[in-house]
Amino acid sequence: MDIFAQQLVNGLVLGSVYALVALGYTLVYGILELINFAHGETTMMGSMIALAVIGALFGVAPDLPGILIVLAGLLVAIPACMLLGYSIERVAYRPLRHAPRLAPLITAIGMSIVLQNVAMLIWGKQYIAFPTTLLPQGRHDVFGASITDVQIAILVLTVTIMAGLVTLVNRTRLGRAMRATAQAPAVAQLMGVNVNRVISATFVIGAALAAIAGVMVSANYGQAHYYMGFLLGLKAFSAAVLGGIGNLAGAMLGGLLLGVIEALGAGYIGDLTGGFLGSNYQDIFAFLVLILVLTLKPSGLLGSRSVERA
Amino acid sequence: MSDLLQVTTVSKHFGGIKALTDVSFTVRKGEIFGVIGPNGAGKTTLFNALTGLYQPDTGAIDLAGVSLYRRKPHEILKAGFARTFQNIRLFHNMTAQENVMVGRHTRTTSGVLAALLHTQHNRREERDCAAFAQQLLDRVGIGQHTHTLAKNLSYGDQRRLEIARALASEPKLLALDEPAAGMNPNEKNALRDLMVSLREEGLTLMLIEHDVKLVMGICDRLVVLDYGEKIAEGTPDIVRHDPKVIAAYLGGEVAA
Amino acid sequence: MNVLEILRGKAWLTAGLLLVGLILLPFLVEASLGKSWLRIIDFALLYIMLALGLNIVVGYAGLLDLGYVAFYAVGAYCWALLASPHFGLNLPFWVILPVGAAVAALFGVLLGTPTLRLRGDYLAIVTLGFGEIIRIFINNLNAPVNITNGPQGITSIEPISIGGFSLGKTQEVLGLTLSSPHLYYYLFLLCVALVVFVCMRLENSRIGRAWVAIREDEMAAAAAGINTRNIKLLAFAMGATFGGLSGGLFASFQGFVSPESFNLMESIMILSMIVLGGMGNIVGVIVGAILVTVIPEALRYTGDLQQAVFGKVFVDPADLRMLLFGMALVLMMLLRPSGLLPSKQRRQELAEDAA
Ligand SMILES: Nc1ncnc2c1ncn2[C@@H]1O[C@H](COP(=O)(O)OP(=O)(O)OP(=O)(O)O)[C@@H](O)[C@H]1O
Ligand SMILES: [Mg+2]
Repeated sequence: MDIFAQQLVNGLVLGSVYALVALGYTLVYGILELINFAHGETTMMGSMIALAVIGALFGVAPDLPGILIVLAGLLVAIPACMLLGYSIERVAYRPLRHAPRLAPLITAIGMSIVLQNVAMLIWGKQYIAFPTTLLPQGRHDVFGASITDVQIAILVLTVTIMAGLVTLVNRTRLGRAMRATAQAPAVAQLMGVNVNRVISATFVIGAALAAIAGVMVSANYGQAHYYMGFLLGLKAFSAAVLGGIGNLAGAMLGGLLLGVIEALGAGYIGDLTGGFLGSNYQDIFAFLVLILVLTLKPSGLLGSRSVERA
Repeated sequence: MSDLLQVTTVSKHFGGIKALTDVSFTVRKGEIFGVIGPNGAGKTTLFNALTGLYQPDTGAIDLAGVSLYRRKPHEILKAGFARTFQNIRLFHNMTAQENVMVGRHTRTTSGVLAALLHTQHNRREERDCAAFAQQLLDRVGIGQHTHTLAKNLSYGDQRRLEIARALASEPKLLALDEPAAGMNPNEKNALRDLMVSLREEGLTLMLIEHDVKLVMGICDRLVVLDYGEKIAEGTPDIVRHDPKVIAAYLGGEVAA
Repeated sequence: MNVLEILRGKAWLTAGLLLVGLILLPFLVEASLGKSWLRIIDFALLYIMLALGLNIVVGYAGLLDLGYVAFYAVGAYCWALLASPHFGLNLPFWVILPVGAAVAALFGVLLGTPTLRLRGDYLAIVTLGFGEIIRIFINNLNAPVNITNGPQGITSIEPISIGGFSLGKTQEVLGLTLSSPHLYYYLFLLCVALVVFVCMRLENSRIGRAWVAIREDEMAAAAAGINTRNIKLLAFAMGATFGGLSGGLFASFQGFVSPESFNLMESIMILSMIVLGGMGNIVGVIVGAILVTVIPEALRYTGDLQQAVFGKVFVDPADLRMLLFGMALVLMMLLRPSGLLPSKQRRQELAEDAA
């Protein structure tokens, strides 16, 4: 089996998840210049809720087609996360919109601690298995790499969602209002845009994407955990910054790139360092790449390099 | 009069916008030198390029024989070239006095160790610096606001505080970017008196100003910029009657 | 006697009372709350040092550093490697502490340099990345050459010993029997006093003003003659020095170090101490550090509370306390967005508004 092709596939799948989560960070950042630190936890909640529904449904109706059960989990997780995203903004961010810049960062951190611990109290500290048998088990050979049905589904779904999001932002009234608010909130308000509603919508959309990403990641790795949102969120945020935060295409590119670099890095680090460093260094790639890119191009890959006006 | 600042073919572009194209002129020691031109002509960009906030693309900048081309802002300030900003940029959460004391950074030396040990040198320097700052606040007319936070000062007072901060570095050349903007006639008169008295003490001034009466009345010479190019240079009388200048201002206020 | 002299006398009186109170505090704590709380206040003191160090970077210079714990780790591992059986070294504290602080400062400059051009949140995420990288290295540098002993960490670290007087065991002092945490308390208190002194002196100095000027408007600061690069690096280095110092003390006090103690959550906790207490304000930062250390510990008692109210423990207090702590963070920020004790500028503004 070709390790390069295999790691590329793994990287793209992982990158898809990063990209979807990164979109949530970038959407919110673009409008509020706020790091929604609790976004990783929203993703985790998406996973957990979907798993709970799937588990329950499987318990009462084991004869239902597996896909339907998983779909049901997804369809509950998405609105639940949307509600969560909406509430987080209302409770933790909106009252602080004109407060010192770091205040909402701290409430965000507080929210993320709360969500983590709520999840832990509900679902416990152990890993929760995703009943992977519910999903098609096919494996396919593509250019020497083995790719599963689930992975194909993830890739297709991601591309579809991204296309949908781009259309939403560029073609719809809501999208136009979002862009206007991102550019100049005060002006947008004057022109009749309901800024509060736009901001809520942004959080809700980001949360929906996070829910989908959460289900994807647990389906792909076969498990979920109350702490999973932390590192996932961190890397997704890195991906958003890598691409140029506030920039949708940047988040997608950054996510995919980060996933691929991480997978390839993990696959080759042993060879690269003559066996000195092993794949347990996988996690440093995300950060190394991030630091390197930002040092060379401080506004990220696709971020516009604007001279600060003096 | 000898030359103080020599600007030779300085250019600066932003993407496709040519904000400055081959601008050259000389500022003589002890004069008040005006920089005028319509909105967007490149006046502020000129100041930014001269004081190191933007890197000029090409050209040469010499202050009293020292090249300032592509030097860092703090080096340029140390060489004796201070400036104020069109869109007031004070340290909002510092007091008026502290703002001025920051302006004296290059003329003071105390480091971490001196501050920790409160050396005699450090204590004297702090005392002198605070006193000097107070003098400057008095000088620009906001001496009663020593301990007021910059952001709580009125607009006109903020402009004056910027001047005091710039003066704290004891510059040879002070560049003022629209210092009278938003001031009432009384404040403008005080500002004019201040500029004149500064000049009498030997300071050289550069002045961007849209108030034609003020610039024409106070400047010894001026350059006129339009679309990033110099279109005229000379005494107010010469500039006022230059056909290119009149065209740039659409025959408006300048001729009047 | 004129008014000034009386006031000065009063200030000394207050300081004297505070000092006596602080000296007696461990006795009171041990007698009322028990020995475990003595360790908790020791940790509170360590966190005060850390928070004050980070406050230089974030509070004064306005550089949002989310990887601060890296310097704490560097200091701690310096101590651990130089005074434990791991390498068979046992250097005295007056060698290790400066070495740890200096190495940390070096790391501060090293990590600070590539971030100089970055602003705000970009800076935050890069420093966060550095923090994680350092943790991952510590976690994995046990093979092929065993430097850090990996996830197991380093154990049997020597306690601080001053001229043969070890703080690591119970000692008789002036007829009093003082336990090891009690002895460390006094050492840490001394260190905190030192750090507070340094911060106070710096705050009202040319350098301190330069930091705040950069925080307020970096471009204007440059135009006002500040070499922003050097002054920012100085902030990183000073902050890192305090971090390294605290790390060394932590290692000797705890007797063992492992990568777990230096994760991102730790950096975030230290940051929340500052923001919660009041950024840029020394007293505020101290209060914030105490609250963030003590609240989660106090919340362990929710078990007793449940027992008392419901007659049975529903939720393991250990599981509940972080949840409550998160809620507390959110609530406190919502109620006091500028922190519990806003910095002097903010206070002044409030006073002016009232006048
Ligand atoms: N940082 C920048 N990035 C991009 N374009 C810039 C930047 N700074 C200035 N410009 C452009 O350069 C041109 C000159 O601007 P500048 O501010 O120098 O004009 P000005 O003469 O000072 O005008 P005003 O009288 O309105 O202050 C304008 O077209 C402006 O949009
Ligand atoms: Mg201008």
